[in-house]
Amino acid sequence: MVVFDKPHALTDTPFHYCPGCTHGIIHRLVAEVLDELGIEGKTIGIAPVGCSVMAYNYFNCDMIEAAHGRAPAVATGVKRANPDNIVFSYQGDGDLASIGMAETVHAAARNENITVIFINNAIYGMTGGQMAPTSLVGQVTQTSPYGRDPKMCGYPVKICEMLSQLEGPEYLERVTVNSVKNARRAKAAIKKAFENQIAGKGFSLVEVLSSCPTNWGMTPDAALKWIDDKMIPYYPLGVYKDRSAKEEN
Amino acid sequence: MAKLTFNTDSCKGCGLCVNACPKNLLRLSKETINKKGHHPVEITDMEACIGCASCAWMCPDCIIKVER
Ligand SMILES: Cc1ncc(C[n+]2csc(CCOP(=O)(O)OP(=O)(O)O)c2C)c(N)n1
Ligand code: SF4
Ligand code: SF4
Ligand code: SF4
Repeated sequence: MVVFDKPHALTDTPFHYCPGCTHGIIHRLVAEVLDELGIEGKTIGIAPVGCSVMAYNYFNCDMIEAAHGRAPAVATGVKRANPDNIVFSYQGDGDLASIGMAETVHAAARNENITVIFINNAIYGMTGGQMAPTSLVGQVTQTSPYGRDPKMCGYPVKICEMLSQLEGPEYLERVTVNSVKNARRAKAAIKKAFENQIAGKGFSLVEVLSSCPTNWGMTPDAALKWIDDKMIPYYPLGVYKDRSAKEEN
Repeated sequence: MAKLTFNTDSCKGCGLCVNACPKNLLRLSKETINKKGHHPVEITDMEACIGCASCAWMCPDCIIKVER
């Protein structure tokens, strides 16, 4: 009996991601959820600008490429015009939390019935490792060679915490995929974010702490440990908003 | 008995599966280099594999198929 294989919702195209980059794990978890919910045929994904710009080559469902940061706006249009389709965006932190911050906040405030998969790797991967709004204090990047200095660059943005202050969004959770245990939890969160949309509950965002071994300058293994040691203390895992669960209590 | 199948040509030799195996059964090949130029994963003792799929869960490139 096959207990593990590449999910159907992924194409056979090999990922272009660097060795050990956890973008690949997160793609697989999203695809497994599409398989398990049986929604591949009616799902439309919105790809970002960033390393995952070619996500449209990897998911077997219909895909649209959005301009940098505009995925939630594109997703809004697609979902409103085709309410029976399932619509998700897949976005990095440069895409979602920098150039696309306005689209993110307003889609959440409107409680748009979409699913957002947010990949926080604390850096601009695709462009060669510049500082992101999510780069940690002291983090060395191409544009902060002496470490991020809050006097000059302010503090990293906590998207889940920030959006949880809005009345709008239905569900916000932060997870990571740096171990089997954490990846299982991440999959459950991603599944819930899609189930919420199917049930018409509204805006569901899962923030996934992800590795960028290439631009962090680490081995893939050391990068997974860096998530535990450096990222999770500043970006605690957990549910930041779950309106339905609250109402049930 | 568990059976693993590796899509060796596409393996990127990142080693995440090696560290994920609770039985320490995986390693990166020292002798072979695949089409992509990486030292691909190999299993040292198929008989000892418990088919837990931890390696497959941590593989970013879906290289490992697990049967039990
Ligand atoms: C309008 C516009 N501005 C800037 C860029 C350059 N650019 C490409 S990707 C990127 C940031 C990507 O970082 P992130 O969203 O964190 O994704 P990652 O590559 O880390 O997965 C930038 C600034 C662009 N392509 N388009
Ligand atoms: S640059 Fe970083 S985020 Fe982009 S594919 Fe490589 S490791 Fe992944
Ligand atoms: S299935 Fe489990 S025991 Fe077998 S190689 Fe993979 S991690 Fe190791
Ligand atoms: S995790 Fe996947 S890509 Fe990395 S070495 Fe193992 S099989 Fe190869």
